[in-house]
Amino acid sequence: MEVKMTGITKSFGHNSVLRGVDFGLHAGEVHALMGENGAGKSTLMNILTGLHTADSGEILVNGSERTFANPKEAEVNGISFIHQEMNTWADMTVLENLFLGRELKNGIGWIKTKEMKAQAKGVFAELGIHLDLNRDVGTLSVGQQQMIEIAKSLMTNAEVIIMDEPTAALTEREIDVLFTIIEKLKSRNVAIIYISHRMEEIFRISDRITVMRDGVSVATKNTKETHNDEIVRMMVGRDLEDYYPEKHAEIGEVVFEAKQLGQEKVFKNISFQVKAGEIVGFSGLMGAGRTEVMRSIFGIDPLDEGELYLEGEKLLIKSPHDAIRKGIGFLTENRKDEGLILEDSICDNISLPSIDGFKKHLLIDTKAEHDFADMLMKRLNVKAMTREDPASSLSGGNQQKVVLAKWVGIGSKVLILDEPTRGVDVGAKREIYQLMNELADRGVAIIMVSSDLPEILGVSDRVLVIHEGKLAGELSRTEATEEKIMTLATGGY
Amino acid sequence: MKNEVENVQIGNKKVSYKDLISKLGPLLALIVLMIFVTVLNPGFISPHNILNLLRQVSTNALIAFGMTFVIITGGIDLSVGSTLALSSALTAGMIVSGLDPILAMVAGVAIGFVLGAVNGLLITKGRMAPFIATLATMTIFRGLTLVYTDGNPITGIGDSFIFKYMGRGYLFGIPFPVVLMLVCFALLFMLLHKMTFGRKTFAIGGNEKAAYIAGIKSDRIKIMIYAISGMMASIAGIIITSRLNSAQPTAGTSYEMDAIASVVLGGTSLSGGRGRIVGTLIGALIIGTLNNGLNLLGVSSFYQQVVKGIVIIIAVLIDRKK
Ligand SMILES: Nc1ncnc2c1ncn2[C@@H]1O[C@H](COP(=O)(O)OP(=O)(O)OP(=O)(O)O)[C@@H](O)[C@H]1O
Ligand SMILES: [Mg+2]
Repeated sequence: MEVKMTGITKSFGHNSVLRGVDFGLHAGEVHALMGENGAGKSTLMNILTGLHTADSGEILVNGSERTFANPKEAEVNGISFIHQEMNTWADMTVLENLFLGRELKNGIGWIKTKEMKAQAKGVFAELGIHLDLNRDVGTLSVGQQQMIEIAKSLMTNAEVIIMDEPTAALTEREIDVLFTIIEKLKSRNVAIIYISHRMEEIFRISDRITVMRDGVSVATKNTKETHNDEIVRMMVGRDLEDYYPEKHAEIGEVVFEAKQLGQEKVFKNISFQVKAGEIVGFSGLMGAGRTEVMRSIFGIDPLDEGELYLEGEKLLIKSPHDAIRKGIGFLTENRKDEGLILEDSICDNISLPSIDGFKKHLLIDTKAEHDFADMLMKRLNVKAMTREDPASSLSGGNQQKVVLAKWVGIGSKVLILDEPTRGVDVGAKREIYQLMNELADRGVAIIMVSSDLPEILGVSDRVLVIHEGKLAGELSRTEATEEKIMTLATGGY
Repeated sequence: MKNEVENVQIGNKKVSYKDLISKLGPLLALIVLMIFVTVLNPGFISPHNILNLLRQVSTNALIAFGMTFVIITGGIDLSVGSTLALSSALTAGMIVSGLDPILAMVAGVAIGFVLGAVNGLLITKGRMAPFIATLATMTIFRGLTLVYTDGNPITGIGDSFIFKYMGRGYLFGIPFPVVLMLVCFALLFMLLHKMTFGRKTFAIGGNEKAAYIAGIKSDRIKIMIYAISGMMASIAGIIITSRLNSAQPTAGTSYEMDAIASVVLGGTSLSGGRGRIVGTLIGALIIGTLNNGLNLLGVSSFYQQVVKGIVIIIAVLIDRKK
């Protein structure tokens, strides 16, 4: 299928998001779509698949003009969209999800489970996926859920599959699986539109790259004929100096200490210290237990054994409320479910964990609250019309910045960041690193969990590697290399 | 990165057209309804009838104010009618047995608060769905009322001035229940829209998990909210007991329906996270105007129920369209 979009424009109210975008797609190619947060990538794809209508511009599918009334129609016509925020139904089984809305039925509406299973197994075999069809989707990892989405689009005979930041939550191994699948899809002449902020991936997988900036398409390049710096320059409009800013913070006394933390069947004997001004990176494979350790430190999940100390004082944390009061902040990895109240305004979201601090004579001091939100939005460069916009109207990367803003805002002594740059563009990533450095300068002890190895290496003073719920090793900044981390993370020595 | 700071509008909120409709919609509906009834029967708009209408509205409005908090958290409280009956019966019983009426009223309100807190505990600590928990307590509280009263009204409350004043008194020519309703409205408005308690209420309704992780003690807030709902029901109960000069074991039956309808008519979303208490006041006035207007127009009470149901359906359909 050939798709050609020309001169697409789109405004939401006064916010003109797309201001003339050209985009062309050939059958069987992997076409990367790149651009800063809020550049309009997801919006463009939503227009192609009929969720939004363009204000002006033309969409040609196989040479004839075509606009889809809704995503369902686009899907029927061979264009599937795997969204940035996925749409699986947690309480349904894998099989039910695969056939949601198009179950195979006989004449009286009886669902033909056997046939559905046979079909599903066929597709899974083709993709090399091994998943129990009767499992609830909610019990699967994000990566596995994504595989289901891909299998789903194959079953509708998609000729174009749009993947909006598909690897943001995948393990290295899952990424490899995904890329093998993409190769298979290509050989079946399926075209892929691939949206990602990860440069290495783009260069590994794509045939062509289209870069968008502020709602216009800057250029389309053959991947072989371009390079990293050129793409970054087109995206941000200037050269980006050193990707990981230099850190000068003076490392002080121990601020936070965890002793022998354990949670049944999840992790055991986890002990570590974090000093003032230090950034400690936690690496490991996804599912190794890093997130679980942090969640139990913060009081979201129970800690079965172990002790926590803050500035030498023993901590008793039973809930996030206790943790925040003691001076710990925690950015969770899942912004949609745990980080944001999507329908609430940006301002309400940012001030939520600090709201008790804005009490003045029983009432909320809205002036102070607004100043606070404005200051943080400015500091983190949140791209929005006003602070009163609902968080749901922001692009994925800007939502992430709002979550970060709310945790930076509580001014904690210890800040735990779980995948802080997920879905954030190159320029903004650098700004987040800079912000982390600034916090470190002020003596904050920072714990960063990240699956992005270059990020771990570029930002951490010390790297702790977790393997299957146990501390596999510790590497100083100078010792740490990708190979050493991976060896520890996979259980080697 | 381009400096986007100029995009962040500092200063007044921009209100969109859609917002305006959703804010003014219920008020417009109320005005249209009142004009409609007035045209058919000009007697409707007389000061006497309006005060009468407001007094009729007051009990439902009081309950609906509490219900607004509950519904914003994504919950529901079906037990308000039974809570009203039980707290009224106990209050009346205390007065009959010689307790000072003021103390008895305070105790009655406290009982409402505790009954509501029981709902809250079942829902939070007992992890029960609000619908189920309050459905169960609805019958339990009603049953306890019948046990306590033996199925008979409690009379002989005596003629304490203060107690009579609650339902029958006037302050500057305004029925006291109306004054009480307005005072409660003002207080709960502040609580919901100007204080951190309200902000937390909305946060819980919007995304309870995210609210909890942001340090909000969601269980505690929810228990408080159901307690407030119970308390508002018991205040309404005092007004009714005072007006009738007796506590009826069947008092408050199906009051939850009018309260829920008022909240929904006022634009609060049943799925939680959104809502305004002003809307609830308007919703209660719409229901009151329907009752009062249809009475004035001589429509049989059987038809009244049908009309009320239809109005709710229309309101929700319009709301869905936005
Ligand atoms: N429904 C909406 N209402 C108002 N504004 C919107 C809406 N959807 C998107 N926007 C705005 O459009 C702009 C582009 O958003 P979009 O989601 O397309 O960005 P993106 O390029 O996908 O960014 P990211 O990399 O962060 O996902 C953003 O500024 C966003 O705030
Ligand atoms: Mg996007």
